Amino acid sequence: MNPNGTNHPIGKSAPRKEGRKKVTGAALYVDDISFPEMLHGTTVRSQVARGRIKNISFEGDIPWDEFTIVTAKDINESAGENYVALILNDQPYLADEVVNHPEEPILLLAHPNKYLLEEARRNVRIEYEELPPVFTLEDSVAKKEIIWGDNNVFKSFLVDKGNVDDVWSTADFVVEGEYHTGAQEQLYIENNGAIAIANPTEGVTVWGSMQCPYYVHKALVKLFGLPEEKIRVIQTETGGGFGGKEEYPSLLAGHAALLAMKSGKPVKMIYDRAEDMVATTKRHPSRTRHKTAVSKDGKLLAMEVEFIVDGGAYCTLSPVVLSRGTIHAAGPYYCPNVRISSSAVATNVPPHGAFRGFGAPQSIFALERQLDKVAATLGLTPDEFRRRNFIKEGQTTATSQVIREKVDMDQLLDRAFELTGYHEKRERFAKQNGSTRIKKGIGFASFMHGAGFTGSGEVYLASVVGAEASAEGRVRILAASTEIGQGTNTVFSQIAAEALGVDESLIEVAQPDTRDVPNSGPTVASRTSMVVGKLVESAVLGLKQTLIGSGLLLDAYSSAEFQSACRQYVESVGPLKFFSKYQPPPNVVWDDEKYQGDAYGTYAWAVYVAEVSVDPLTYEAHVDDFVALQEVGRVINPVLAAGQIEGGVAQAIGFTLFENIVWKDGRMANGQMTNYIMPTAADIPPIRVYFEENPYAYGPGGAKGIGELPMDGAAPAILSAIENATDVSFNHVPLMPEAMMERLDQNGR
Amino acid sequence: MADSVTQISCTVNGELRTLAAHPLERLLDVLREQLQLTGTKEGCGEGECGACSVVVDGRIVNSCLVPVAQVEGATIKTIEGVASGEQLHAVQQAFIECGGAQCGICTPGMVMAAVDLLERNANPTEADIRQGLAGNLCRCTGYMKIFESVVRACQK
Repeated sequence: MNPNGTNHPIGKSAPRKEGRKKVTGAALYVDDISFPEMLHGTTVRSQVARGRIKNISFEGDIPWDEFTIVTAKDINESAGENYVALILNDQPYLADEVVNHPEEPILLLAHPNKYLLEEARRNVRIEYEELPPVFTLEDSVAKKEIIWGDNNVFKSFLVDKGNVDDVWSTADFVVEGEYHTGAQEQLYIENNGAIAIANPTEGVTVWGSMQCPYYVHKALVKLFGLPEEKIRVIQTETGGGFGGKEEYPSLLAGHAALLAMKSGKPVKMIYDRAEDMVATTKRHPSRTRHKTAVSKDGKLLAMEVEFIVDGGAYCTLSPVVLSRGTIHAAGPYYCPNVRISSSAVATNVPPHGAFRGFGAPQSIFALERQLDKVAATLGLTPDEFRRRNFIKEGQTTATSQVIREKVDMDQLLDRAFELTGYHEKRERFAKQNGSTRIKKGIGFASFMHGAGFTGSGEVYLASVVGAEASAEGRVRILAASTEIGQGTNTVFSQIAAEALGVDESLIEVAQPDTRDVPNSGPTVASRTSMVVGKLVESAVLGLKQTLIGSGLLLDAYSSAEFQSACRQYVESVGPLKFFSKYQPPPNVVWDDEKYQGDAYGTYAWAVYVAEVSVDPLTYEAHVDDFVALQEVGRVINPVLAAGQIEGGVAQAIGFTLFENIVWKDGRMANGQMTNYIMPTAADIPPIRVYFEENPYAYGPGGAKGIGELPMDGAAPAILSAIENATDVSFNHVPLMPEAMMERLDQNGR
Repeated sequence: MADSVTQISCTVNGELRTLAAHPLERLLDVLREQLQLTGTKEGCGEGECGACSVVVDGRIVNSCLVPVAQVEGATIKTIEGVASGEQLHAVQQAFIECGGAQCGICTPGMVMAAVDLLERNANPTEADIRQGLAGNLCRCTGYMKIFESVVRACQK
């Protein structure tokens, strides 16, 4: 009978709210939706990496007059602007005169018959005057050609703490290293897709697979030059995102809407796998150089890091990816002097974009490999060296953020080692490996991941969440946060039910539709549970206070009484909605100019341990066992949370050992699931997930963010284990058998 | 493909259906577009991901690789035919309870593969489960909760 007494769903594994629809095939994804008279749309893309468009001709035996055709000219002659509104607004919806990467959209076609449409697409001939392209990060940095702005640089950051230059000459050891990570395809199993209906009087409505309805909304407002209320964006059930549906849907939704506006008919555009793989965003490839000064007793004295990511041809989200990678580059260690200089540079490949971890997996990989190297130089074990440098409460990070939460990396390490038998295995493998063909190894990575937007990002976003009482006496959560498999619907219901002390069946989560829900920000950055969830909590509490204030609800109530009070309010007073707006936690100070201060409100802390077998005949490395131990505040739903970690670790194993993008003249040459290999059920080791709970005061029920964290630790842990097995240190991922062969043969192993 | 349409008769989820389609149209498209059985998903179109798995005459197939002409006279089961009315199949129930579905796009195919596995082998080992589901890719779960779901379904 007590709002804080009867029902406590937080901490319990409520089943997925939309689970039944998903297991029966009833859930409707964008390709499952049709409209009368709907046309199919397709994209004609650039065949060259960089050049001027000289001529477009429509050839073949195609009834061209039946087709709707849209080019940049259509946008230029409209009230809209030909760019995808995001950060720098440099990416056109349709190339106008110049192309800057292979597969860049040049022209759109729509027709009722999708088979004829495909034939037509192949019969559009585009002639180019080719310009010299830049394909690699190295060539871009070297300014082999200037292909973007006046220096190929989208964005740079400098983090400077103490003075590293004072340290090099006096330190006992200075260790340098260089590390590389490759591009990675998000490979959500549902390809990108959108449907649009548009006309000049009613505006534009778009349905699509997406993470961020309000990103699409903002982009379409600019593309059509229409007032905000004339653009409506609806998220359909989304078959995975992982960042791959963060910014890209703004482009695709715009294309479908352009065709719909011109044809006056609904237009559906669904990419097939090949198009999705070659044309859409991937994880930013990176190069990191480390220079580390240490004392002979194993204390970090100075760290200098140069972190560069390849942004591809247009800026998209590269500055923000770079930011997160930069801030995470020094990890959960205390070092008095740190300088991190970072850049995102342009190349003539399709723009790279968001992918779970968002720059952090790249810079953390480099750091953890470097620390193994430093430890070896010192003659310390990897764990002993880290123990001497783990950050502690009251110490400062690279951005001089004072850690005010309880953090105990030593204890995490102890527990992770206990769970894996780390020390015993280290010893046993060292003895066995000399006499067995298969070499065994065990390794770990220790790391942290900031939850929510970086620095002042959440303040700029100023997210809003609503709670609405329905005539049936239920509470509807109004938020733009999308369910993309991670459990938004379920977690929001648990948070709301916990705050109200009512049964979860009384909570509904509205479908993200910009007509109905406020802008609660994008579904990214491990922010949905922690940041938006907190707003869910305060919105439903506001609703409750209104009910109590009206006299319809007493301070203590049952679920049935709460329901009845909602019903009565709506009946006698009218609609009941309460909106809650983001307030930053106290004492969070961030300097955007100096990149110093409280980079994140809080961090998740983790130690991941990998055990591997390496076969020196086939040069294959197999992960045999994986333990993921993390402190993530309070766990709202143990099954969903473990599912996030397991899925993230599996993607990270793919990133480390399986997923190799083959580039040919700026184009992905293996854009098929047949030859871009992600881990299957037969490949994945047991992934054992453990949580430490340390409630975060400003998260709903004490929760922190967890979505991206599991992407960070696997690559360095696995490479550390491979080093343990083979005595060879590899410094790049993906680590394919060919690269292993070269180095292992050189070392006579 | 609009020309040379032929008539094809088959039983889909217990009902006799007559389809009018080009003989080379993919079974996947015919199920989705003509019969509105949109639970069967396209993930790759080349038989790698298993999202389009259906059972044809007792054998699980990738419907993106099956020309519809091949199903003349066949008995087909899709995800829509797995539950008995409102009563979920034990595998479906277990996927909900154990977190076997996240984004849900691979789930119909994964459920078809798991049901097929259990029909052939009521007590699979972990290795059997891994092998039985190796033709179905999932990008969300890392497969752990899917394995648990299959084990739970066996216990029901």
